[in-house]
Amino acid sequence: MIESLIHSNKAELTQSAKNGSPVVLSTRVRLARNLVDTPFPGRASKSQRSDVLTKCVDRIAELPQMKQGSFFDTAELSELEKQVLVERHLISRELCEAESGSGVFINKDQTCSVMINEEDHLRIQFMKTGFNLRSVWKQIDRFDSSLEDGLDVAFSQEFGYLTACPTNLGTALRASVMMHLPGLVISEHMDKVIRAVNQLGITVRGLFGEGSDATGHVFQISNQQTLGESEEEIMSRLGSVFKTIIDHEINARFKYLEQNRARLLDQIGRAFGTLQNAHVLNSNEAMNLLSLVRLAVDFEMLPEVNRSEVDRLFIECQPGHIQHAAGEGIEPDARDLCRADKVREEFARLPSLNFDKVNVIE
Amino acid sequence: MAENLKCSHCNNPATVHLTQIVNNKIIKVDLCESCAQAKGVTDPEGFSLADLLTKTNLIPEGGEPQITCPSCGLTSADFRRTGRLGCATCYLHFIPLLRPVLEDMHAGTLHKGKVPQVALSRQSAAAELQTLKNALERAISEEAYEDAAKYRDQIQAIKKSADSEAVHS
Ligand SMILES: [Zn+2]
Ligand SMILES: [Zn+2]
Repeated sequence: MIESLIHSNKAELTQSAKNGSPVVLSTRVRLARNLVDTPFPGRASKSQRSDVLTKCVDRIAELPQMKQGSFFDTAELSELEKQVLVERHLISRELCEAESGSGVFINKDQTCSVMINEEDHLRIQFMKTGFNLRSVWKQIDRFDSSLEDGLDVAFSQEFGYLTACPTNLGTALRASVMMHLPGLVISEHMDKVIRAVNQLGITVRGLFGEGSDATGHVFQISNQQTLGESEEEIMSRLGSVFKTIIDHEINARFKYLEQNRARLLDQIGRAFGTLQNAHVLNSNEAMNLLSLVRLAVDFEMLPEVNRSEVDRLFIECQPGHIQHAAGEGIEPDARDLCRADKVREEFARLPSLNFDKVNVIE
Repeated sequence: MAENLKCSHCNNPATVHLTQIVNNKIIKVDLCESCAQAKGVTDPEGFSLADLLTKTNLIPEGGEPQITCPSCGLTSADFRRTGRLGCATCYLHFIPLLRPVLEDMHAGTLHKGKVPQVALSRQSAAAELQTLKNALERAISEEAYEDAAKYRDQIQAIKKSADSEAVHS
């Protein structure tokens, strides 16, 4: 069912024509919306959920942004297909578990996905590679406004957009960036950063794992609070925190390079060599090694065009993607062989690392 | 709307309405006559709601205020268990349980963001239309033809402006 989506040569996340940016992999904004007069999905009957699904799918299909988009009914997706969509951040784990009458609408370049009957009737998400808070907000705001032209949403003057969980009340907006923070992790500053931003109502989560030593050094950082501040206020506060984290990360990288030059270059060189030559590669090892190669691009040891290839491999080396590419029912051990084959093939096309350029500061 | 307010404590019709400012925030609690008596709320003006909330003596022995959403049937026990509300109407009835939670959770308790103008004006126009239609029917059944004509004109006017809006957008 999802073949065309995986093999699309237009997907923003895996096929972006741009070179990507150091530190920030992607920006995402999510809005939760509910229809008036129907209980939220968790309390709606089967027939109410299916009515909501029909109503929303019909309305979304009319929107210009969804031209050539596709709708997937959760019930018709296999477990593996769901896992692939989760790995692409197009659906949530919660939607995978959802009862009947739920699904997701995904646009052509996979920058927009709308989940229907997840925790709320509608979960709208827009995504872009790099650090693009403003432009992603503009897009989702416009989409939401045109959706609202045809659907009556649950709203109160006092509490704003009404959501199933009070933690999403108000703007119902969750803005997040995926950040690659090897500098802060290696120099052991990540715990401090997490504690500091938590105090500002901002959440940090490891993308491929938990806590401060996330696999691949990739973290998702987002706002916790949705009520009492406007969308603009939430985003400008988040934006300045993001910028501070980016500055700290860049500083940490160069400081570490200055003090541990041989050690860092050795780690990067070995990572590159392993990815070029490994025959058995598990998912965690792949993420951690790819992280060092992304760092190599940022240090100009590899051409900038290769950054988006590393970002694509972050996604395509996930267990679901490897399994889907190999066909259903492949054992975990065999998966590690397939992953190694794929990475070897891709790394054979990369130029070798240029260690001479590493003196350049920013 | 006012006659629909229920006691935050036992769900009987509320007759005592408390509004006080606690920590710069407006807090409202509605109580029925007997609960107000039982909680010692005899003079709403002089009563400190903050005390009432901090001592949590609104919460009966062995539990929280028993609230049930008249629209979806969600109970306070359900809410406590799942942390989720059941429908938009729940937000009208679970306020006493929600308010302290929201204060801890968010930057404020009043929405400051986007407002779905189009959907809201459509909803209020629809509600107004329904009210007028009801009034028209009543006027006709009471043979108050002058009133009926007036309501009919108003209904026509609303429909007309809705049509022209649709053309413009
Ligand atoms: Zn009572
Ligand atoms: Zn309810």
